Amino acid sequence: MKMLSKKDRREAGQGYLFLLPALLVLGVFVIAPILYAVFLSFHKVELIGGATYEFRGLDNFMKVTFDDRAIIALKNTAIYVAIVVPTQTFLALVLAASLNAGLKGQKFFRIVYFLPTLTSSAVLTLIFMWMYNQNGLINYVLKFLNLPTYNWIGDPDVALIAIMIMNIWATAPFFMVIYLAALQDIPDSHYEAAELDGAGPIQKFWHITVPNLRPVTSFVVIMGLIGTFQLFDQSYIFSGGSGGPNNSTLTVVLLIYQYAFKTLGTMGYATAIAFMLAIIILVATLLQRKFSKEESLY
Amino acid sequence: MKKRTAGRKALYVILVVYAIITVIPFLWALSSSFKTLGEIVSGSINFIPKEFTLDNYKQIFTREPLFGRWLFNSLFIATVGTLLNLLFNSMAGYALARLSFPGKKSIFLMILAVLMIPFQVTLIPNFLILKELGWLNSYQGMIIPGAVNATFIFMMRQFFINFPKEVEEAAAIDGLGRFGTFFRIVLPLAKPALAAQTIFVFMAFWNDFMRPLIILSDQDMFTLPLGLNSFKGQFISFWNYIMAASMVFTLPIIVLYAFFNRYFVKGIKFTGDK
Repeated sequence: MKMLSKKDRREAGQGYLFLLPALLVLGVFVIAPILYAVFLSFHKVELIGGATYEFRGLDNFMKVTFDDRAIIALKNTAIYVAIVVPTQTFLALVLAASLNAGLKGQKFFRIVYFLPTLTSSAVLTLIFMWMYNQNGLINYVLKFLNLPTYNWIGDPDVALIAIMIMNIWATAPFFMVIYLAALQDIPDSHYEAAELDGAGPIQKFWHITVPNLRPVTSFVVIMGLIGTFQLFDQSYIFSGGSGGPNNSTLTVVLLIYQYAFKTLGTMGYATAIAFMLAIIILVATLLQRKFSKEESLY
Repeated sequence: MKKRTAGRKALYVILVVYAIITVIPFLWALSSSFKTLGEIVSGSINFIPKEFTLDNYKQIFTREPLFGRWLFNSLFIATVGTLLNLLFNSMAGYALARLSFPGKKSIFLMILAVLMIPFQVTLIPNFLILKELGWLNSYQGMIIPGAVNATFIFMMRQFFINFPKEVEEAAAIDGLGRFGTFFRIVLPLAKPALAAQTIFVFMAFWNDFMRPLIILSDQDMFTLPLGLNSFKGQFISFWNYIMAASMVFTLPIIVLYAFFNRYFVKGIKFTGDK
């Protein structure tokens, strides 16, 4: 190791001083908890009085395979991800392409579309629960259109769909803004060339807009995967914390919450599920990268 | 040319229909917050209240005496948390961009690695650590673990790397030390990056549901999302109150957006899902 000059030493000291608060917080509340989580996931944890730990090896990880509620939670989450991610991505793309067409009132639409992004998940969920009420606004509209009405909150067949609709509505505009920024970078000359070849608006969308946005789509899909796998607030508020009716809105994170804080002695098991979720998210992200075969811009 | 205007009309239809779909839930909530309970229960579908009343807004503060307290808790935690983030993330980003010291590269890589970890993994150990510190049910328990954000350390580093060195050199010639330069010269010039950070960090604190749910157990420590949830449990069919409370909760964010909206698109690229 080479000796540092006095000036270099002073600069190094300043560097550490500037980093100190960040390193302290990240160390105590991110790095240490990861190691702690590894430890917890191999133990049965009891929290009566002080915490006691009992080593259980891989038991917590094996338990998932015969835990019915864990399997239901995983299935619900998988269905939710598989429907919400493609739908919100496509909707975001269509909205962004429409907004980018240089029409008047762009700014106005942009502000309006941004309202759901600004609003908290708790408020959005309450507003939708009010609209999903048995004789609420949504059933009224359905009846008006001669469509069947549902008990959106109480019927296990539709409760998860109700949350999907709400979240697609809430997150698509956020991703639209990301698309919008990228759309402005596509050179006009591409479109002009296509027009000379006689391409219509739909052809231009599929043959120029979509391929040019591929790296951004990759980013949007990954962000969508991470967000949807972590669904919690909406399920919790919708079902009052139970994941009901009949476990139909039980998600993996809600299950982790219940095992960690609502039932006794299952905190280690909850940590093991959290690790498995982290791995699923990581694998999904890597697969998406591999399939899109594009270096992400971000 | 005719075909072109038809296309434009189709686009307008898409935009307008979607704008209506976006706005209706908010208008419906707003209108419900001005209705009487009788009108709410009757299940009538009208956006203009038959009997316009401001009573719900008064009632939520009197019927639920803690409502004002929840509002204060949310404002306090989000404001202090945001200020600490602005300071700490900028300091860390500046050190990583501008100063040289042993171990810098590994610290930077560690911060990048932190970005990849889903928060559920650290959630349970965090609870136990806060319990050990005696910080459950406290402001510091809500603020300190969120006082630093790896995403924005990264963003600030990128910002300071492109920052003109000459400005700092001039400050040094004028006799300012490292800290003076940072606080008096560099930080004030970083306003656009700080504005983007302010919006996203404030929103994350303000809207957070899961962390307060785990950390806060006393009613009078609740933040608004938790308060709203318990309020809903108490007044389950009083949708006029619930909607009024929801509107009070949404207003501060809309005001913040009005002030900072031009920084939104810049900032949005750096953050993840809500």
